[in-house]
Amino acid sequence: MSAHDGSLPPPPSRFEFGASEPLIFEQHGRANTYLPDGRTLEEFLPKELLRDELALPDNSELDVVRHFTRLSQRTFSIDTGFYPLGSCTMKYNPRINDAMANLAGFRDLHPFVPDELAQGALALMHDLERYLAAIFGMAAFSLNPAAGAHAELTALLIAKAYFAKTGQRQRRTVIVPDTAHGTNPASAAMVGYNVISLRSDSRGRVGVDDIKAVVNDETAVCMMTNPNTLGLFEDHIAEIAAAVHAAGGLMYYDGANANALMGNARPGDMGFDLMHLNLHKTFSIPHGGGGAGHGPVGVAAHLVEFLPTPVVRREGDTYRLDFDRPDSIGPMRSFWSNFAHAVRALTYVLANGGDGLTKISQLAVLNANYLRVHVRDFLETPYDESCRHEFVASAQKLKRETGVRALDLAKALLDHGYHAPTIYFPLLVPECLMIEPTETESKATLDGFIAALRGIVEQAKADPEAVLATPQKTVVKRIDETRAARQPDLRWMPPAV
Amino acid sequence: MYAPHTDADIEAMLAAVGARSLDELVAVPQAVAIRSPLEIPAGLPELELYRRMSSYAARNGALDYTSFLGAGAYRHYAPPVIGTLAMRGEFLTAYTPYQAEVSQGYLQAIYEWQTDICLLTALDIANASVYDGATALAEGAIMAVNATGRRAILVSRAVHPNYRAVLHTYARGLELAIEELPVANDGTTDLANLEARLAEGRFAAVVVQNPNFFGAIDVPPDDARRVVEGSGSILIGVVAEAMSLGALVPPGKWGAQIAVGEAQSFGVPVAYGGPYVGFIAATKAHMRRIPGRLVGRTVDADGKTAYTLTLQAREQHIRREKATSNICTNQAHCALIATIYLACLGGSGLRRCATLNVERCATLVQRVTGIPGFTRAFSAAAFNETVIRVQRDATAAVVLAALREKRILGGVDLGRWYPELADCILMTATELTTDEEMTALCDALAHLAVGGHLVGA
Repeated sequence: MSAHDGSLPPPPSRFEFGASEPLIFEQHGRANTYLPDGRTLEEFLPKELLRDELALPDNSELDVVRHFTRLSQRTFSIDTGFYPLGSCTMKYNPRINDAMANLAGFRDLHPFVPDELAQGALALMHDLERYLAAIFGMAAFSLNPAAGAHAELTALLIAKAYFAKTGQRQRRTVIVPDTAHGTNPASAAMVGYNVISLRSDSRGRVGVDDIKAVVNDETAVCMMTNPNTLGLFEDHIAEIAAAVHAAGGLMYYDGANANALMGNARPGDMGFDLMHLNLHKTFSIPHGGGGAGHGPVGVAAHLVEFLPTPVVRREGDTYRLDFDRPDSIGPMRSFWSNFAHAVRALTYVLANGGDGLTKISQLAVLNANYLRVHVRDFLETPYDESCRHEFVASAQKLKRETGVRALDLAKALLDHGYHAPTIYFPLLVPECLMIEPTETESKATLDGFIAALRGIVEQAKADPEAVLATPQKTVVKRIDETRAARQPDLRWMPPAV
Repeated sequence: MYAPHTDADIEAMLAAVGARSLDELVAVPQAVAIRSPLEIPAGLPELELYRRMSSYAARNGALDYTSFLGAGAYRHYAPPVIGTLAMRGEFLTAYTPYQAEVSQGYLQAIYEWQTDICLLTALDIANASVYDGATALAEGAIMAVNATGRRAILVSRAVHPNYRAVLHTYARGLELAIEELPVANDGTTDLANLEARLAEGRFAAVVVQNPNFFGAIDVPPDDARRVVEGSGSILIGVVAEAMSLGALVPPGKWGAQIAVGEAQSFGVPVAYGGPYVGFIAATKAHMRRIPGRLVGRTVDADGKTAYTLTLQAREQHIRREKATSNICTNQAHCALIATIYLACLGGSGLRRCATLNVERCATLVQRVTGIPGFTRAFSAAAFNETVIRVQRDATAAVVLAALREKRILGGVDLGRWYPELADCILMTATELTTDEEMTALCDALAHLAVGGHLVGA
């Protein structure tokens, strides 16, 4: 138990399964000797510039190791088990990628070294941009944005700059289908654009007539993902793009679901003018508990001049960072890219090659369909047709019959050693479970997951209370979210002296 | 390829889903189908992959050079134990901790990070991280706009130029006005006209950086702080070198309501610019305006201490276009590295490291300015970097090029952003900078001074 519970922490050398881990601030030890000692700050700086307190405790290195090892053991990960979180593409993260990112020539390279001393890094960025352009059919990519939402903002700023330059500042409306990710409307708001939300049709797609009914000379961008968040391919995408283009708008591709597409279809060929990728999804960069990600933005030829600065330029056999781009939207971040992640992504591209990437997307689709045809035996699948990399199921009927909701199925899965799917998204499917297995899971893993989920649904019908009481095997039980929000405790406070 | 399927698996699974082939399963309408195979070279076995990637790394010649580069990206000593812990697969391959019951470890680590940032900045709350220092500034400015209803930001010209450039990029989206405060002769922000500038009541925020881009300690005096408070603007403190928080008066103690910055110095490699880790801290009044994830401590059904993502009504997946920001993915793993770094060093280790930085920089200044032709451009006190002015009509570019021939990266040419400072070099020294490296630099500079390269060039 931690001091938060009013009792003393256990001695840090004792490990008790399931016990709370005290905060690092509640453990004190002898400081480690990493650095030479000697002078004092007061010899160099006047006292009024110096801080008079620093409440960070000292900890012996062994205590630090035990603390963070225990925290890691209380964290579910891809390395721990199956993680079918829809739209998040939790595939295996090959360790060669990390080893390459950790090469001294990359790791210790300062962003302000002259271009001639960073030729390998610049060549790497250039090659990755070129490969991404080939895979997705765009004219150019920029590695500048840090993550998917950051790339959406980048792309909308590009659109805004494009409309400003072409005298169409009145275009301030963004069309977002109800199958879109929540970041899409939030990004639109950050460039001052209005959002029109579009209902998908009974097939779970955007209707061509519905698009035609909303586009006009105020349309700036239509943001779509394909396959959409129902896991369905927007089969009228060419007509939709034509309708948006006919009205003078731009098409934006949200690349969160790109793992379904490689070697099979390209956003550029579908008529998209702008797109982003989540390299931390499709290109196997580890998610790291919520970041850092990497969100390159791709553009068609007429938008290249607006890409953020700097742009990597190849001139003969040499490369340089080009900051002199008069029509650029400007930089999106402190430095040039999440470079260590670009190293990981290029490593992944080169490991797989064109044929491998194509096969990856095919097997991702195969795995999702394999789960779908089994899950539909015991849960509703409201869009019952061949899916892409993910699909949605619904616990609406189960809830009506037993009181067990999607949330409860998710919690019960935790007791079975699986991470839960994404739940309650997309919003248009009630009691939604959004399941994305990825290509790196074996048939045996999928069979195990199907059996577990089937067993939970059966248990819900026989003994719903048991499911409602899950999880029981995790280090904590269901969490008091209301208390967390109503009495926010967002930091530890040092004891009053 | 990292897929485990045997041919027999694929056959069985295709039969189960009712497809004859993988091609049939993924078919799309002819109009949008790909017309030729991907133009990507064939996949490499891992040994060849290792060689290929190593050949890119080997072409980065900078590693053989002695470096005095800083300017927002800092080389510091990171004990190896940090990498050992942070690279544990459970941390590395987890997603955002949506299922709190199986993510208690990572949630607790983020709670510890939030606490670290609060303790370091002397502010009440901190979020789970943003992309980097520059985007932290942009998000902090948006917080101030939302808090005040005003649409202009007044930013010191001594704030990192890249941060200001990103602020401009974001401001074009939101149609905010960005105006600048000049730099005084001593290298600190010139606040002489502050009262007059703020009198109109247009500015949501006043932004200053400490230490500022010139390495100068740039804390607004108490009267300036009172002027900002009296005008209804919010003082935003930028910290581009988080190591300074081990020594200097923290932003919360010099009047900043919002502190934004970069924590790369806490164990995160320079890695040619990223990923790094931005932070935002603020007074309690801004709790519901802070962007990004927040972890809270609460209890579970049995009353046991538990952690969870909280106050999500601010966030994009709930509020969509009304969210405080569009941020979703942040820099959790870099924040974890920083949290482990701070646990290892502790308060006394951080102070010791900060002290070494101050000492190394003071020594560098003393030695470089001892050479005829090189002076300090600004008199204000420094943390770990300083501006050296090149005399005799030479430019920084010429001096830096001559140093490169001696395999020394002497610093950053300020003419890149400040035309009036084209004779100025921003030089950085950290605890990693040795006496021998300083000797090499000074020998080369002395050689230049004697050899007359500085004249005209």
